[in-house]
Amino acid sequence: MPSLDDLKKRIKSVKSTQKITKAMKMVAAAKLRKAQESAEKGRPYSQKMQNIILNLTKSINDPQNAPKLLVGTGEDKKYLCVVLTADRGLCGGFNSNICKLAKNNFKNILSEGKDLKIITVGSKGLDQIKREYGKYVVKKFSFKEKKQITFEEANIVGNEIISLFKQNEFDKCILFFNNFKNVITQIPQAQQIIPTEVNKSNESEKETFSYEFEPEEEEILEDLLPKNISTQVFRALLENAASEQGSRMTAMDNATRNAGDLVDKLTINYNRSRQASITKELIEIISGAESL
Amino acid sequence: MSDKFTVEIITPDQSILKSEASEVTIPSYEGQMGILKDHIPLITFLRPGLILIKNQDENKFYVEEGTVEFSNNNLLILTSTAKDLKNFDKSLINNLLEQAEKKLQDNNSTDKEKYIISYQIDTLKEINR
Repeated sequence: MPSLDDLKKRIKSVKSTQKITKAMKMVAAAKLRKAQESAEKGRPYSQKMQNIILNLTKSINDPQNAPKLLVGTGEDKKYLCVVLTADRGLCGGFNSNICKLAKNNFKNILSEGKDLKIITVGSKGLDQIKREYGKYVVKKFSFKEKKQITFEEANIVGNEIISLFKQNEFDKCILFFNNFKNVITQIPQAQQIIPTEVNKSNESEKETFSYEFEPEEEEILEDLLPKNISTQVFRALLENAASEQGSRMTAMDNATRNAGDLVDKLTINYNRSRQASITKELIEIISGAESL
Repeated sequence: MSDKFTVEIITPDQSILKSEASEVTIPSYEGQMGILKDHIPLITFLRPGLILIKNQDENKFYVEEGTVEFSNNNLLILTSTAKDLKNFDKSLINNLLEQAEKKLQDNNSTDKEKYIISYQIDTLKEINR
């Protein structure tokens, strides 16, 4: 049985933890609104970009000569996995969900005897991956000091991917990030960006147009494909930023509630033992008086 | 209303404009291009210049680069630099102009880059006037 003093200290410390988690929740909520807005605003751009590329893909007659970024190297041996996580913790399962998904994929890739290369964005992902797959990490990015993610950061990552591709370092590139669905639901996702994945389900719905190209189709693709990669990375970063805040908000909300429960329980305990000690003292006095 | 089609200008950060238009002029990579309703499907690039959107009134946007898709009477302009001329700051123009001129003098840039920059300078000067 802990002493009254211990209980008092305990209650105090839980209360101050609760204050911190509550503040973090509030901050996350404020940031979430901003991040969510920019994620939602950024969606049309990347979707439309993807659409244009899909349309372009359909009109290519000669897949042999099509740009490699679009159709891939034709091989399936080397994989580049880009794992996008947050730079800060205390956001529930956010980082570990991405890493879990990524690690599963790594395992599959390696068990099939294929080459694996990893790029990490955000330090938390690196920390989790480092232990098992540290030797596969070729490059790590961290945008810790950036408050707001802009297209520039995405461009840095995108350019790195493209330059690796040009050096023939990989055949397929997969992005891992959390898709922001709503405040409480974020879905870890793997998206293949090289070669561009042609979504079969969309294909039948959409009619194909025979486009007029100006300048030539190849030239357009050459310019558009690198841009598309940066755009997809950018989208993933935005989705991630929103997911991180959402995840943190829910996690901190839970923590605040748990701390509240704990304080209640401890207070009951405290009162009970206080009462018990008073009763004990009374009994002692009474029995002392009786024995006289 | 039958001769109208929809125009959308989208940047990575937000959707800048979604409206109807009767005629749109874009600075395509190989020259100015006017688009009316029922244009054939088209995909092209932009060079620095002005996008002119005619409806009842006229709207102008300054762009540096971008991709344009036209299909189903829907004109889609994807760009990272669209700026509405109405709230385009004088000092910003001069700033951009200075940068562009510096780049033009840089001997490392290729002919293609120079071609694009010269258009940017022309456009900026035109806005300034």
